[in-house]
Amino acid sequence: MEKTVNQKAWFLVLPVLLLVAFSAVIPLMTVVNYSVQDTFGNNQFFWAGLEWFKEMLESDRMWDALGRQLMFSGIILAIEIPLGIFVALNMPKSGFWSSFCLVLMSLPLLIPWNVVGTIWQIFGRVDIGLLGYTLDALGINYNYTQDILAAWITIIVMDVWHWTSLVALLAFAGLKSIPDAYYQAAKIDQASRWKVFRFIELPKMMGVLMIAILLRFMDSFMIYTEPFVVTGGGPGNATTLLSIDLVKMALGQFDLGPAAAFSLMYFLVILLVSWVFYTVMTNLDKKGM
Amino acid sequence: MAKITLDNLAHSYLPNPASEDDFALKELNHDWDDGAAYALLGSSGCGKSTLLNIISGLLHPSQGRILFDGKDVTHAPTAARNIAQVFQFPVVYDTMTVHDNLAFPLRNRGRDEAYVAERVQEIARMIGMEDMLKKKARGLTADAKQKISLGRGMVRKDVNALLFDEPLTVIDPHMKWELRTQLKKLHHDFGHTMIYVTHDQTEALTFADKVVVMYDGRVVQIGTPEELFERPEHTFVGYFIGSPGMNVIPARIDGNKAYVNGSYVQLAQGYKPLDGKVEIGVRPEFARLSQSEGLPVKVRRIEDVGRHKIVRAEFFGTDINIIAGEDDHVSADMNRVTFDAAHVNVYANDWRVPGEAA
Ligand SMILES: Nc1ncnc2c1ncn2[C@@H]1O[C@H](COP(=O)(O)OP(=O)(O)OP(=O)(O)O)[C@@H](O)[C@H]1O
Ligand SMILES: [Mg+2]
Repeated sequence: MEKTVNQKAWFLVLPVLLLVAFSAVIPLMTVVNYSVQDTFGNNQFFWAGLEWFKEMLESDRMWDALGRQLMFSGIILAIEIPLGIFVALNMPKSGFWSSFCLVLMSLPLLIPWNVVGTIWQIFGRVDIGLLGYTLDALGINYNYTQDILAAWITIIVMDVWHWTSLVALLAFAGLKSIPDAYYQAAKIDQASRWKVFRFIELPKMMGVLMIAILLRFMDSFMIYTEPFVVTGGGPGNATTLLSIDLVKMALGQFDLGPAAAFSLMYFLVILLVSWVFYTVMTNLDKKGM
Repeated sequence: MAKITLDNLAHSYLPNPASEDDFALKELNHDWDDGAAYALLGSSGCGKSTLLNIISGLLHPSQGRILFDGKDVTHAPTAARNIAQVFQFPVVYDTMTVHDNLAFPLRNRGRDEAYVAERVQEIARMIGMEDMLKKKARGLTADAKQKISLGRGMVRKDVNALLFDEPLTVIDPHMKWELRTQLKKLHHDFGHTMIYVTHDQTEALTFADKVVVMYDGRVVQIGTPEELFERPEHTFVGYFIGSPGMNVIPARIDGNKAYVNGSYVQLAQGYKPLDGKVEIGVRPEFARLSQSEGLPVKVRRIEDVGRHKIVRAEFFGTDINIIAGEDDHVSADMNRVTFDAAHVNVYANDWRVPGEAA
């Protein structure tokens, strides 16, 4: 059959190109533009080359924020993934209680970020918050506005509270896809509960867990609202995560150039880490973990 | 190795079964003799897997008891029953190697590695996978997975019974034959009680000492292949066993004659008056085309299947199949059929009625 060649078909992709241009490419390029220029205000800019990148790479401030960020993401992943799996394993598999659990667990996911922040901000207050007051009454020194450890515990518990459901729901979907015959065979083979988990459930959940880890990593790496509402990045800079620092720099101090350079590097780090994650996980997956 | 007794056993998947229809497995009393090989035959959904799962303890019956050598195990867990079962749906542990898959049931029972290695080698040889032992089970073909599944079922020597739920469905014909031979040998060597579910009657008839035919949640007949062929106790057995199945013709019985649409068929024995749905059943092997005697039929088509010919005919709307020898002469004017009286069975409401001496 003769193929007709009609270059006009390219026009059909034009709307998509425009949409992507306005939603992603142009804003990104604006940031790139800021990152290589300097300004003294009055909307007057001049060329600064890679100066900002160099400055940012040499600044302790960014490295510290990156360190805190990695620690935060690492801790919440280390808690949320196992906890989510544990919850999924112990959920009723079918019937009314299964649906009930699913709805209950979806609830935290539906609450807007700043509301979550506000809830925990109040919850943890020593004067009126249930948690803070109770701990104080028990004689435990807990004050997230002054104590670094308390602040960290608060934002981590808050994130775990908010997002473990997501991991649990994904893991549950993975578990539900395992045919009964696997469990039956395991019983016949006299496999222990641990072996059922290790050789049946975990391998079957691997795919969704990979997605869960990736989602939770990216999301926690970019987290802003919740910790900002609770601690405002304090005490001191103790909970100033990358995006909080970035906003401080860009809007608080109006250092557009450094902030732009910062955000580009931030973007690259996310891209890089996600890529590494993905490659490692797919390789593990291929090798059968 | 054990004798397995089913006592008043029945199972429903519903929590509160109301009528008999709610039972996937209807009341059943049966002894599975120690060391015998049974084939379990029946159409889809008749309760074969349900029965196996109850024997192995994966399901607990809604009623009745199961005894192993007289000991009540109705509520014993699967592990305590020491049964090997191979499932319809092949199960392999994806992340393990073929070797570890085969070794799994032995290791879980704490057998030492030397014994495990030796046993795995033996089984690998039986299923023809010796050169694949180091491979990960993931990504193997469906028939390789089924073979591993089968191998895991055979790896333990000391089991009370071996239950196979259509273990060879996706395996190619040559390998199927090979594995069936292996299973027979295994049975011969170790004398396990074996129950083998299949849809394939040739498989059932070649494999088993006794064939158990199930229909709609009920065991309708247990017997040797000859018994099933000669005297099907239920019209379903007649229809299901044999190719083509038994001819079943509605009839009225009077003494030793069966009246069908104005003609009659001679019976070898006499019968008391019968109620309900009355039919006669004759296997195609015992029907013969004729020019002059018997029931008038319309011959529709003749199929030559090699060893013999199958004549497809019609008798007042009822299909009748006749098997004629390869060399038998079939001509256009042969439009009557006669039956071998000794092989005409009488059925009332689908169950065979024994005759009285004529
Ligand atoms: N887990 C279950 N819950 C509810 N009903 C079931 C369940 N498993 C089987 N059944 C029903 O019980 C009946 C018997 O099923 P079973 O699986 O024992 O049939 P089978 O003879 O093994 O069929 P097949 O040849 O298709 O495997 C069927 O009507 C089926 O729908
Ligand atoms: Mg079945």
